[in-house]
Amino acid sequence: MKNLLSITDLDRDDLETMLSLSEDFLHVTERDIPKVPALQGKVVVSLFYEDSTRTRISFETAAKRLSCDVMSFSVGSSSVNKGEGLRDTVQTIAAMGVDAVVVRHSAAGAPNRVASWIDASIINAGDGSHEHPTQALLDLLTLRRKRGSDLSGLRVAIVGDIVHSRVARSLVLGLDAVGAHTTLVAPPTLLPDSLEGWPVDVTHDLDSLLPELDVLYLLRIQRERQSASRLPSLREYTARWGLTVERASRLKPDTLVMHPGPMNRGVEIAAEVAEGPASLIKEQVTNGVAVRMAVLYTLLGSGGTVA
Amino acid sequence: MADASGAAQHHDELAAPEGGRFSFRAKVFEADDLRRAHTRIAHEIVERNHGAADLVLIGLYTRGVAVAHRIAEAINDFEHVDVPVGAMDVAFYRDDIALRPVQPLGPTEVPVDVSERTVVLVDDVLFTGRTVRAALDALTALGRPRAVQLAVLVDRGHRELPIRADYVGKNLPTKVAEDVRVRLVETDGDGDSIELWGPA
Amino acid sequence: MIDATGERDADVLIADGRVVEVGPGLRGDSELDAAGCVIAPGLVDLHVHLREPGNEDAETIDTGARAAALGGFTAIVAMPNTEPPHDDPTVVASVLAAGAVSLCDVHAAGCITEGRAGAALAPMGELYALGSRIFTDDGACVAEAGVMRRALEYATSLPGAVIAQHAEDPSLADGGHMHEGEWSSRLGITGRPADAENVIVARDCMLAELTGGRVHFLHVSTAGAVELVRSAKARGLAVTAEAAPHHFTLTDAECASFDPVFKVHPPLRSAKDVAAIKIGLADGTIDAIATDHAPHAVETKERPFEEAPPGMLGLETALALTITELVEPGVLSLPEALALLSWRPAAIAGLADHGGPIAPGSAANLCVIDLNVTWRVDPLRLASKSRNTPYVGRTLKGRARHTILRGVPVVVDGQACR
Repeated sequence: MKNLLSITDLDRDDLETMLSLSEDFLHVTERDIPKVPALQGKVVVSLFYEDSTRTRISFETAAKRLSCDVMSFSVGSSSVNKGEGLRDTVQTIAAMGVDAVVVRHSAAGAPNRVASWIDASIINAGDGSHEHPTQALLDLLTLRRKRGSDLSGLRVAIVGDIVHSRVARSLVLGLDAVGAHTTLVAPPTLLPDSLEGWPVDVTHDLDSLLPELDVLYLLRIQRERQSASRLPSLREYTARWGLTVERASRLKPDTLVMHPGPMNRGVEIAAEVAEGPASLIKEQVTNGVAVRMAVLYTLLGSGGTVA
Repeated sequence: MADASGAAQHHDELAAPEGGRFSFRAKVFEADDLRRAHTRIAHEIVERNHGAADLVLIGLYTRGVAVAHRIAEAINDFEHVDVPVGAMDVAFYRDDIALRPVQPLGPTEVPVDVSERTVVLVDDVLFTGRTVRAALDALTALGRPRAVQLAVLVDRGHRELPIRADYVGKNLPTKVAEDVRVRLVETDGDGDSIELWGPA
Repeated sequence: MIDATGERDADVLIADGRVVEVGPGLRGDSELDAAGCVIAPGLVDLHVHLREPGNEDAETIDTGARAAALGGFTAIVAMPNTEPPHDDPTVVASVLAAGAVSLCDVHAAGCITEGRAGAALAPMGELYALGSRIFTDDGACVAEAGVMRRALEYATSLPGAVIAQHAEDPSLADGGHMHEGEWSSRLGITGRPADAENVIVARDCMLAELTGGRVHFLHVSTAGAVELVRSAKARGLAVTAEAAPHHFTLTDAECASFDPVFKVHPPLRSAKDVAAIKIGLADGTIDAIATDHAPHAVETKERPFEEAPPGMLGLETALALTITELVEPGVLSLPEALALLSWRPAAIAGLADHGGPIAPGSAANLCVIDLNVTWRVDPLRLASKSRNTPYVGRTLKGRARHTILRGVPVVVDGQACR
C-alpha cells in the first residue's frame, strides 16, 4: 500500500492488520520512552491547507515517535491564493526528498490530486467533506479497546451534520467493514442528497433509537449551517438531536459516547455528558497517535525506498 | 514430484520463504536433546552470575519466549528461585523495515524494571545477529540493565554483526541457503525438535 | 456528399469562394482528394469560448478558430463571457475583426444583460446591428424571471434573434461542483441538482409562450430538460436546444478521480441523463450538437476539483465523438449527425452562408470527413492553447480531413494551412 487516501484503500484484512498494529503502537506510546527507531531517516511532511492543530500535532507526534524527521508546512486559511500553486508547492516539497506527505485540505480529493503528481506516500488527514480515514481508524481502535476485536453486530448511531462530514464518510465505510450496524440520525437538511450505496439505515428520530444503541457518535454542528438555511436554529437542533443529560439517561448503561472533536458543548453534546463516564472522547485522542504511527509504519515500512 | 507420495511428501518438501523447494537434511535435536540443552544453559547462567538473584530472562518472539520460560523453570528446579521472564518484540527496531513488511509478533511485556538487573536475552537460533542487535536497542528503551547476556538453542554461524552468544545449546555449521527449523510444543503444537533443511 | 437535400456521389467545383458546379467527373486547377470520404457543409458550433479578450493565456480567437477549422467547423459562435464581456459594441466589433482573419468564421453572441449580471438589458439592438443573432449570458443563468421575460419580449423586435439560456437556477446550483446524486454524496462534493436546470427550462418555456419570443437552451444535460423541450416543441413553441458531446459521452462517475478536467457546468450527469440526451438527439428534440469548448490554462486545472474552474475542450473532438458514440452504435444516421453539427445549428444562428446545401451559387464552406480513420486523443497534439480535454488517451473514429472556408482550403489532410 502506497497511499492512504480513503478508508476503502484498506480491505477488511488490511483493516484488522492496521488495528492490531495500532494496538502494538499503543503499547509503545505507554512506555517511559515512547519512541522506536523504526522509520529512522524517513522524512514526513505535514502539509495543512486548513487549520487543524490537533490533527497536525497527532500526525507529527506519531512520526516523531517512529524517529522520522518531520517538516511542517501550514498554509493559513488567510492565504490569498488558496489552492493555486498546489502542484508547485507539493512538487517543491517532493524535490527535497520526502517519503510521506500528510495532506489536509478544505477541498475534497486534494490528496488524490497530490498523489497523482508526486511519488511520495500521501496520507489524507481530512479533505473537504470527503474523507478522514485516520479518524475512522482511531474510532475503530477506540471501539476495539472497549468491545474487543469483534465489532460485528455493534449498533452505532452517527448523529449530526452528515452531509458535510468527512468523518462520517470514512467511519460509515469502516464500521461496515468490521460488520457493525450503522444508523445515520440527522435533520433531512443535513443528510447527503443521495444515500445510494451507503451501508446504513437513516432516521430523523434520535429518541426512538436511544435505548438500543451500543455507540452514540456525535458530529460537530457548525454555526454557519444555520445561515445556509439548513437549520432553523442551534437551539432547535439541540432540542431535537442534541445529546442532553436527559437523553443520555435513556441510553443503556454501557452505551459508549464518542465525538471527533472539537466539540460544541451545549449544542450537540451537553458538557456533563462529554465529561461523563460513558464518554470516550479522551481515549480517541490518545488512540489517534497510535493509529497514525501504524499508518506511517505500514506505508513507509514496507517496500518503500531504503533510507 | 509424484502425487502418490501424499502426506509424507508434503511434510518433507515445503516451500522455501524465498520460493523454490526445501527438503529435509538432518535431525539436529530430538526432544530429549532439547531438554538437556536448556537445562545445561540454565546451569551455566546461574553459575556465571553467581546465583539467580537480579536476573531477568527476556525471550524474543516467537520461540525465544517459550525457551526463556523453559530455562526459568529449569532454574527454579535446582535453584528454587523464580526468575522473572519477559517477552520482547523487536519489529520496530529492525534495520530491514524498508526492505520488507515487518509486523510485530506479540506485545513486549517485561514484568520488572530491567535497570540494575542482568538481562539474559533468549532466542532459538542465532544467525546474522540482526535480531539481537534490534533487541539490544529495544532494551535501552526499557531501562539500563547492569549487563546483557545472550542465550540461544542453536548458533548456526554467518554473523553479519559483532555479536556472540554467552550460552549456546549447539553450534551447528550451516550453509547460508539452509534453514534451521525449530519446533516447540508451546508454539508449534507437536513435539520438540530442531531440523536442518536445505534447497531441494 | 451529404447535405440537407440528401446523399449523392459528386465532385464539387469551387471558384471565387462559391460553389460553381456539383456533379460527376469535374476537374479544376487545383484539386483536393476526397476519395472514400464524405463531403459535407462545414460544421457550425453554436457554443465556443474563445477567451479573448481577457484570458488569452487559455485561448485566443486565432487559436480557437484554428482548432475549430481542424475540427471541421467553418463557423463558430463566440460566447460573450470574455473580460470585458460582449455587452458593448466595441468589444463585439474587435472580436469580429480578429475573427475575420482567422481560419474559421467567428460570430459573436451578445450579452442579454449588462455585465452578464442578470439585471439591466445589454444593448441588444446595437449588437444585432453588428451581426449578433444569439444573445446569452452563458456561464450565468438569467435567473430573474422578470428579466428573462423582458429580454424575450425585446428580442421579438429583432428578426432572427434568439435568447439562449444557460439553464441552471443559481439558488439551487451555486456552491455545487458536480452533478448532485450518488457520486456527489459519496465524494463529499456539493452537487448541482438536475432540477436546477429543469426548473429554468420549464419556466423559460412558459415565458416563451407568454412573450412569443424564441428561446434556445444551451447545453441541455438532464432527462428532465429533454422532456420539457420535447413537450414545448409539441405545443408549437419557438424553442430549440443544443447538447454538448460530453453530455452524451461521460457521466458523473468520472468525477471520482477528482480530476477537474471532468468539471463542467452544467455538470456531467447520470447514465440515465446521458441516455435521455441520446434519445433527444435521435428524435429531433435537441437541434444541435454544440461543443461548449471551454479552454482553461493548465495551472488553473492543477487545483483540487472544488477550486478549479468548470469547462472542457470540445472543438477538435466533437465530430469524432459524434461518429464514435452516436453514428457507429446506430443512435443516429450520418445525415442526422451532420444535420445536428451543421445545418440545424446554422439555421438557429441565422448563418445563411453555412450549413449548405452544397449547390451552385452557395458559399463554399465545406468539410471533408474521413469516417474510417482512427486516432488517439493526445492533449499535446491539440491546436487549442489549453489542454483540458477529458478524452485523453481515448481512441476515436472519424476526423475532418479538409476544411474549406469560403473556397479556401484552410485544413488539408488534417493539417491547418497556418
